[in-house]
Amino acid sequence: MVAAACGVFVAAMVGAAYAAVPLYNWFCRTTGFGGTTQVATAAPSHVLDRKLKVRFDANVAGGLPWRFEPEQNSIEVKVGEVVTVGYRVVNESARETVGVASYNVSPSTAGAYFSKINCFCFTDQRLKAGEKRDMTVVFFVAPELVKDSEQDGLDTITLSYTMYPARQAETPQVDSGAAPAPGRS
Amino acid sequence: MATVAKAHSEDLPDHPHGWRRYLYSTNHKDIGTMYLVFALFGGLVGGVLSIGMRLELMHPGLQFFHDSHMFNVFTTAHGLIMIFFMVMPAMIGGFGNWMIPLMIGAPDMAFPRMNNISFWLLPASFTLLVISLFVEGEPGAPGVAAGWTIYAPLSTTGHPGPAVDFAILSLHLAGASSILGAINFITTIFNMRAPGMTMHKMPLFVWSQLVTVFLILLAMPVLAGAITMLLTDRNFGTTFFTPGGGGDPLLFQHLFWFFGHPEVYILIVPGFGMISQIVATFAKKPVFGYLGMAYAMVAIGGIGFVVWAHHMYTVGMSTAAQAYFVVATMVIAVPTGVKIFSWIATMWGGSLEFKTPLLWAIGFIFLFTVGGVTGVVLANAGVDRSLQDTYYVVAHFHYVLSLGAVFTIFAGWYYWFPKMSGYMYSETIGKLHFWLTFIGVNIVFFPQHFLGLAGMPRRVADYPDAFAGWNLVSSLGSYLSGLGALVFFFGVAQAFMRKEKAADNPWGAGATTLEWTLPSPPPFHQYNELPLIK
Repeated sequence: MVAAACGVFVAAMVGAAYAAVPLYNWFCRTTGFGGTTQVATAAPSHVLDRKLKVRFDANVAGGLPWRFEPEQNSIEVKVGEVVTVGYRVVNESARETVGVASYNVSPSTAGAYFSKINCFCFTDQRLKAGEKRDMTVVFFVAPELVKDSEQDGLDTITLSYTMYPARQAETPQVDSGAAPAPGRS
Repeated sequence: MATVAKAHSEDLPDHPHGWRRYLYSTNHKDIGTMYLVFALFGGLVGGVLSIGMRLELMHPGLQFFHDSHMFNVFTTAHGLIMIFFMVMPAMIGGFGNWMIPLMIGAPDMAFPRMNNISFWLLPASFTLLVISLFVEGEPGAPGVAAGWTIYAPLSTTGHPGPAVDFAILSLHLAGASSILGAINFITTIFNMRAPGMTMHKMPLFVWSQLVTVFLILLAMPVLAGAITMLLTDRNFGTTFFTPGGGGDPLLFQHLFWFFGHPEVYILIVPGFGMISQIVATFAKKPVFGYLGMAYAMVAIGGIGFVVWAHHMYTVGMSTAAQAYFVVATMVIAVPTGVKIFSWIATMWGGSLEFKTPLLWAIGFIFLFTVGGVTGVVLANAGVDRSLQDTYYVVAHFHYVLSLGAVFTIFAGWYYWFPKMSGYMYSETIGKLHFWLTFIGVNIVFFPQHFLGLAGMPRRVADYPDAFAGWNLVSSLGSYLSGLGALVFFFGVAQAFMRKEKAADNPWGAGATTLEWTLPSPPPFHQYNELPLIK
């Protein structure tokens, strides 16, 4: 009995380790832990006077022959103001490739207050050989930020993207005549 | 055990002899002996690796290693071997197997065949780890150089060769071995205590093993899960820890340290139990505050599961989360203090007899306290920003593990060697071994506090000239400790050669636990008639 209970317990702990993966994902999305940005459907009700500098960072992971850069390196935003910024991505290779962006903000404790209404990072990007695309992010810094004493010293938030080759891109794309996935611009 | 036989083993069937006795063994004492021999071997290999590192670090510049990779292969292998193939086999497999049934009045472990496979998984596991040293890890270089923490992505995309896979499979086997052992120990302790041996009458060593195996049962499966995810990330295209596919490398750190922090208690808690037995024996007094001692270990084990992120202060947690982990970590100092002061109170006013085991025990109490104090320093998130990944951390965890855990193993070794082998060791050799080691390891690790405070990073084979002085001192100390280890092996060989018979109870009135009521060495099968505990 004791041994069986122990065995069940061990199995449950292995299960718990795997359960930690979706739980951690949910936890990060909900609390902004680790700089996970929030998804918003509507603009905030009011704009505050407090200003923050938002810096934009763009990286391309190895294996993706793309150039990827923000239109501006940084902007000043008011807390609560909805802002649209642009990124440009260029496929520098002679073949169609698919990328997907991962993202977070730094400092990571600001993730809970950085809300995106729309972002190219929500979907895969399919670029034909040599194709250029301008993409946008619509975001705001949530007004609740000023109520968090931890953010009192905050003056800069860095929004960082890294483009990775999307997994399904490894299968050859033969129907190059098909329309590319629409950019969210 | 219903059979009542007054004589110990004469009327029982003979046991297998030769290699069958060990390969097929179901006897807790033989398996314990094999664990101890294995741990000695593991300690030898891990020790040689550490002296290799100190040779390199003796002077600035690269002397023996052509690159940092090979140096880090040494640090990684040293850590893994010392944890999984030295301390754990010695404390849990070795002394635990030997002494738990003897101390609770049980004839053997609950699952003798499972005990056998628990042990024999370890040589296989060790072999896999050794193979990992010789196959490609980082491009064009053999071995795993990712540290015992094997953080992704260094252990995934950073090591495209199969070395990490071998190391992961080695950890799987070692983990399975200790989980099986843990199930066996729990069942034995819960079900096979002699009549009258209530939980609150169990010797503290048995309590310490019970806490330890519960920690194993909780922590090891999480490691197994984490490294399985690592394995599938590396080989089967999953992206648990790969941001490109939606994973997060930070998750690995959380999973790893949820295992890793309890793991360091797994390494030290059995030592607490041994020290309690030894101090009480040589002070000729019952241990001070028995219940407090037992539940302090339970508390240490429990709190050990909710402090893991103090290994990760610099990953960008919120101030509130850091404050929680600081406070929770410092709380551990309370039950630990209960133990330290109870040991001192046990010795206080006792009729102390400074035999070799007591020397090691007092050495442990002193050194473990030093390591505990630096642990409280490092528990501060603010201080840790400056000290993380420096030699201050190296000094801290070697004071609690290398000096703490290893001193308890030697204390237990000298304490139970007469019981296990039937021969007395030479007190002179034992004391020489103690003093060489005590002085040696302090010369190794105390200066590393200074190096760490000055900012010397760990896991680097070279350093600026400014760090040369204390590194030289530290290396010289490691040679002295190495000499101490040779004296130890000499002492073991000498004890077996001179064959001075040990009495059933060589320690006198202070040794009150059941194993001292048996002959030295105990018969192949003991307690044919169960002892009755009043």
